[in-house]
Amino acid sequence: MSGHSTYVPKTGFERWLDSRLPIIRLANDTIITFPTPKNLNYWWTFGGILSMMLGLQIVTGIILAMHYVPHVDYAFNSVERIMRDVNYGWLIRYMHANGASMFFVAVYIHIFRNLYYGSYKAPREVLWILGCVIYLLMMATAFMGYVLPWGQMSFHGAVVITNLLGAFPIVGDAITTLLWGGFAVDEPTLKRFFSLHYLLPFMIAGVVVLHVWALHVVGQNNPTGIEPKSKADTLPFTPFATVKDGFAMSLFLILFATFVFFMPDALGHADNYIPANPLVTPSHIVPEWYFLPFYAILRAVPDKLMGVIAMFGAIICIFALPWLDTSKVKSMRYRPQAKLYFFIFLVVCVILGFCGAKLPDDQVIPGLTTFKLVDSDLNSFVWLSRISTLYYFAYFLVVMPLLGLFEKPLPTPETISSPVLGGEHKD
Amino acid sequence: MVGANPDPHVTDGDPNRRDFIHIAAGVAAVGIVGTLAWPFIDQMNPAGDTLALASIEFDLSKVAEGQQVVVKWRGKPLFIRFRTPKEIEEAIKGDHADLRDPATDESRHKPGKAQYLILVGTCTHLGCVPTFGGGDYGGWFCPCHGSVYDTSGRIRKGPAPLNLLVPEYSFLSDTKVKVG
Amino acid sequence: MLRKVTLLAAALLLVGGPALANTKVREPEPVAFSFEGPFGRYDQTQLQRGFKVYREVCSACHSMNLVAFRNLGDPGGPFFNPEYSAAKGLTSNDNPVVKALAADTQIADLDSETGDAVQRPGIPADRFPAPFPNVIAAKASNGGLAPPDLSLMAKAREGGPEYIASLLQGYGPPAHGVTLSPGQHYNAYFVGGVIGMAPPLAADKVSFDDGTKSTVRQQAEDVAAFLMWTADPHMEARKQMGFSVLIFLVLFSGLLYASYRRVWRNESH
Repeated sequence: MSGHSTYVPKTGFERWLDSRLPIIRLANDTIITFPTPKNLNYWWTFGGILSMMLGLQIVTGIILAMHYVPHVDYAFNSVERIMRDVNYGWLIRYMHANGASMFFVAVYIHIFRNLYYGSYKAPREVLWILGCVIYLLMMATAFMGYVLPWGQMSFHGAVVITNLLGAFPIVGDAITTLLWGGFAVDEPTLKRFFSLHYLLPFMIAGVVVLHVWALHVVGQNNPTGIEPKSKADTLPFTPFATVKDGFAMSLFLILFATFVFFMPDALGHADNYIPANPLVTPSHIVPEWYFLPFYAILRAVPDKLMGVIAMFGAIICIFALPWLDTSKVKSMRYRPQAKLYFFIFLVVCVILGFCGAKLPDDQVIPGLTTFKLVDSDLNSFVWLSRISTLYYFAYFLVVMPLLGLFEKPLPTPETISSPVLGGEHKD
Repeated sequence: MVGANPDPHVTDGDPNRRDFIHIAAGVAAVGIVGTLAWPFIDQMNPAGDTLALASIEFDLSKVAEGQQVVVKWRGKPLFIRFRTPKEIEEAIKGDHADLRDPATDESRHKPGKAQYLILVGTCTHLGCVPTFGGGDYGGWFCPCHGSVYDTSGRIRKGPAPLNLLVPEYSFLSDTKVKVG
Repeated sequence: MLRKVTLLAAALLLVGGPALANTKVREPEPVAFSFEGPFGRYDQTQLQRGFKVYREVCSACHSMNLVAFRNLGDPGGPFFNPEYSAAKGLTSNDNPVVKALAADTQIADLDSETGDAVQRPGIPADRFPAPFPNVIAAKASNGGLAPPDLSLMAKAREGGPEYIASLLQGYGPPAHGVTLSPGQHYNAYFVGGVIGMAPPLAADKVSFDDGTKSTVRQQAEDVAAFLMWTADPHMEARKQMGFSVLIFLVLFSGLLYASYRRVWRNESH
């Protein structure tokens, strides 16, 4: 996929095929000879892990679709039939449900690795934006997939999320009616969500191809953020990266298997084992864990429309990052101040996740009542999410643009190889 | 960029051990994929609730003499026929005819229960359902491609290669059978 | 239990009324169930006792629509008998205990000749018959609140089987400030404290065939274990397979690590 190819057809058939469909050349240049920086650490193995998880989700999903019935009267029971009667159905369904969570675990690590090492910076802006598109598609897919079992959380989660779009003035109602195909989340909604849940993963796979293509044009970033200057800085993808990725995948599968076999429902909600009942809402609607930070941002803002705008704004910030970050230095290894703000950002995202799982008025420190600020006690999760939300936006809109102009980075090495020769640089 | 770097494998002093580890890892990887494939394939086999209905019990007193009752069994029709003495006689006569799929009438019903014939009602040609009492032999006639079965369900004419299948069944009591 | 902390929201189905959601609810008491932990298995005699409690007490009001009689004889189930397993070429359909239990019930069906609604004896493939023909009838007979289906109860409530065991033993005089209307009962483990279900268990209400003393606590824990099985019938198979998979993956990771070290050993990185 990269500009120049070193592939030399060996046999007559390969020469014949190469001049007609250079597919062996493509495979060779993509996964065999592709030069990878020799100093990549384990944080760089998550791309491979994500490809594996996407493949696994698609395969298990196609299988589940063979048994699932997208109808409000049968959806819940058809999922339970998979769990009880279909051969290994419980395994496949638990793999798919926990696989979605593991997919997000991997994608969040992948994204934060990018943030830390400045992988989104020129010339990798398109690569970064394609990644953001994949993330958006993943969120849409995961949300619609969660609706399909038609349990209480499925149903009322769908109600809440689709109602978000109703916040927009003028067009809001038209959008929700269009999404629902009726006056509420009902049979038409379930059917279209099933159809789209089947479609979107293939769109993700398509964007992944573009993502990998873009990667192979610009090459991989590396922990130093210094572009490879000579052939001494790189190694061929196979066997060096393949075997390391394979090892990391195997470790990741251990984590995955632990969830699937020993705590398959730990990441789900008990309420989703109750069939959907449009007349009764669970007292505490919580999205899946991977949406919690955005859910906290939504609830941090008292106004409905502003809340929705803040939530979408939080995602738009991620897209705009390559142009918000003004630093000339990529890797935060050489940006001690940025490193500090980055780790605060990481902690803030985790805090937002916690806030998203709590009721807004729950106390952060139990039993401590301070004073009422505007609408809630200061010692409440709603205020914690407000402070965290402020930092979230400040990181993108203030810290990233200004820090690059004012900070004084550490000296960066000439080449990838030089810091290695001068002693291992520890983060 | 193969060849750009000095290949580290070239300087390897112990190629056998190196190969063993890589081969073992490769074999294990293939093993994972192979083992994972089995649940993914086996899920297409009949599920627990499908198998549970795979055997049915039937009360023969519901069939009148000279008639047949068709029930659904494993998604296919099951012919349960109460044969008249004349039909049984014709069937026994047929034992000596030139049969495509030789079988005695005796072998196609339970001992002492010659009046009850239980057959899977799909033509052995391409799976159509033969009609009751049709054809030259008073058994069944398949409208799709003209196969003719006698009163013992044996193929006598037409393209079908085999007799109508006798399912596995047993008498639970004088009038009750369990099929499957 | 590792589940996220949410309120026992679904329990509201019984009382209806989000106003009660803020009332403090007592945490379920811990019970040392045999199926807990990565090596845990169901105790078959406990499941048999639990089934008896369900059959003689719970099933009078609660349906269990997802469970069939044949499931009772499946591996891991209360009446599993290796004599009637796939290894012998048989299925749980052939298990005489299962057949007898099924035949003991009346299943609503249509007469295949006349189309009339009839009752016939059950077969192992039948699901447990529901006590009420539909949810409206269930509501009408229970003071306007339909008793929930029990098939998945142990997965559908925070606290699972421990919550069920505590709830069944949790009846008592109302806490201060709680007033009960007719047909309501006080239960400290139920969200809001006010429950429509009358205390279902009493000492010696169910006599156990294995001679176990029939206390309320025993009945509550046994039926909670049985409900865990109905909610998660493949748990034993899952844990067993999990161990093989983990052992294999650990060995595989070791091999890959060795392979990785050999590939990279001449590279400084």
